Amino acid sequence: MRHLALAAALLAAVVYPLLVPNYLATVGMLMFFTAFIGQSWNISGGFAGQTSFGHAAFFGVGAYTSTILQVTYGWNPWLAWPAAMAMGGLVGAGIAVLSFRAGLRGSYFALITLAFAEVFRIAANSASITRGGLGMLIKADQRPINFQFKDQIWIYYLAFALCLVSLLIAWWLTRSRFGARLVAIRENEDAARALGIDVFTEKVKVLALSGAMCAAGGTFYAQKYLYIDPNIAFGIDKSVEMLLVTMVGGAGTIFGPLIGSIALTTINELTRAAASVFPALKNVQPLSLIVYGAMLVLIVARLPDGFASLLGRRRHA
Amino acid sequence: MLEVRELSKAFGGLKAVDQASLDVRAGEIVGLIGPNGAGKTTLFATIAGFHKPDAGRISLQGHDITGMAPHRICAAGMVRTFQITQPFARISVRENIMVGAYFRTADRHEAASLAEAVANQVGMGDQLDRPGSDLTVAGRKRLELARALATRPALLLLDEVMAGLNPTEIAEIVQVIREVRRAGVTILLIEHVMQAVTSLAERVYVLNQGRMIAEGTPAAIAENPEVVEAYLGHGAARVLRA
Repeated sequence: MRHLALAAALLAAVVYPLLVPNYLATVGMLMFFTAFIGQSWNISGGFAGQTSFGHAAFFGVGAYTSTILQVTYGWNPWLAWPAAMAMGGLVGAGIAVLSFRAGLRGSYFALITLAFAEVFRIAANSASITRGGLGMLIKADQRPINFQFKDQIWIYYLAFALCLVSLLIAWWLTRSRFGARLVAIRENEDAARALGIDVFTEKVKVLALSGAMCAAGGTFYAQKYLYIDPNIAFGIDKSVEMLLVTMVGGAGTIFGPLIGSIALTTINELTRAAASVFPALKNVQPLSLIVYGAMLVLIVARLPDGFASLLGRRRHA
Repeated sequence: MLEVRELSKAFGGLKAVDQASLDVRAGEIVGLIGPNGAGKTTLFATIAGFHKPDAGRISLQGHDITGMAPHRICAAGMVRTFQITQPFARISVRENIMVGAYFRTADRHEAASLAEAVANQVGMGDQLDRPGSDLTVAGRKRLELARALATRPALLLLDEVMAGLNPTEIAEIVQVIREVRRAGVTILLIEHVMQAVTSLAERVYVLNQGRMIAEGTPAAIAENPEVVEAYLGHGAARVLRA
């Protein structure tokens, strides 16, 4: 039964862009993309319980690494992509080593990640290699070899593939020793240590993984819009978006970020549509943020495990 | 098997453990008793690597483990439980125990079957699918024991596994601990329930204000005037004898 539902969902996702207008295909692409970067947050924040307010640091490092390699050094973007992931992984591990060596846990860790993201933003704003606040343009040359597509359907499928990979990684976490250790660390660090888990190393590993994934999202974003600047790449909005979709959908669950992303993207589009139908709402901008806020309050109060907890009692792995 | 020599640990000006020494031989059950605040849990935590000792030496099976991190001490074959139980609340009993089992194997099925075997060993076989947060006090104590056992230790440090249990539950867990020892695990336990210590331990150490004040069989310890005074106050031994 569950396999059947999954197969149907897969099929629907594959045929969806063929049946709907371009605009809706783009909405679908954004949904999968947000689910993907949300999953990168979920892996460290949801499974391992290391809440971060600064995942934009990884996102931006990914976006800038591939863009600089491409624009300044003439790399092919497909080759720059793994380099960006490696860089994101390194930054993730670096931030983890510094924070956890200093013994930061819980909200202190969350705040230090926020600080790191801000430092990156300010650095990108002033450094010459990133062209400062001007941002960086990637020359349009719509050929697949350039990671640019004439037909936007390929961008959709790429986002869909990224989302699938991230779901598989999350699924693997629910079934592997590494994942079990992360959950143990989230639930109780001292008990985890007593049971032979090298808590520090595991936390560094998970932040490296999460950072690499998030950086992959950064490159994807840069290739889709062909432009990045410090605020897009390292702005707090991105960090909040990743955290929000995960919390709304269900932190520490496989499908949480995807469910959250579907919910938030839908709200986003509906509020935009509502504003165009009822002119009075035009002055209430951005309406979507108000609805997000209200929904987050409701979820934290009534459904702390997110929408995923409504799908039967999905196990917390 | 375990040798602790003149171990000291201070927090600020307070000497929680002051030159304490103890020995545990392979196959023994050894008790560690003492009044509240004597430093028993600190001594345990220091032995298990949760605190760095200020002075002294700890060796396990001939290897120096002083100042090692808990996960390395666990690899050396010694694991502790917590007095205040620390279940992984949002995962099942099976998954709780598997975290311990994963210490010896990376294979999920192997870890799961090891977890089941250990659960049966401590009498939790019928609670495998309950979440950690659903357990009674007795259940949580057993879970502590089970998770620790799943790492396949040579030496188990049990911190008050009987505190808060009723007499029936105590009798049951005493039986479980006996069987654990029969299976070849050496045990050092902190306990307040004297009847349990007397029936389980071959030898008992008494800690008072961070210092080891006596060592001997449970019967000899109960007669020791210094021990009686540590619990009941200065001069108590003389009053009782009169």
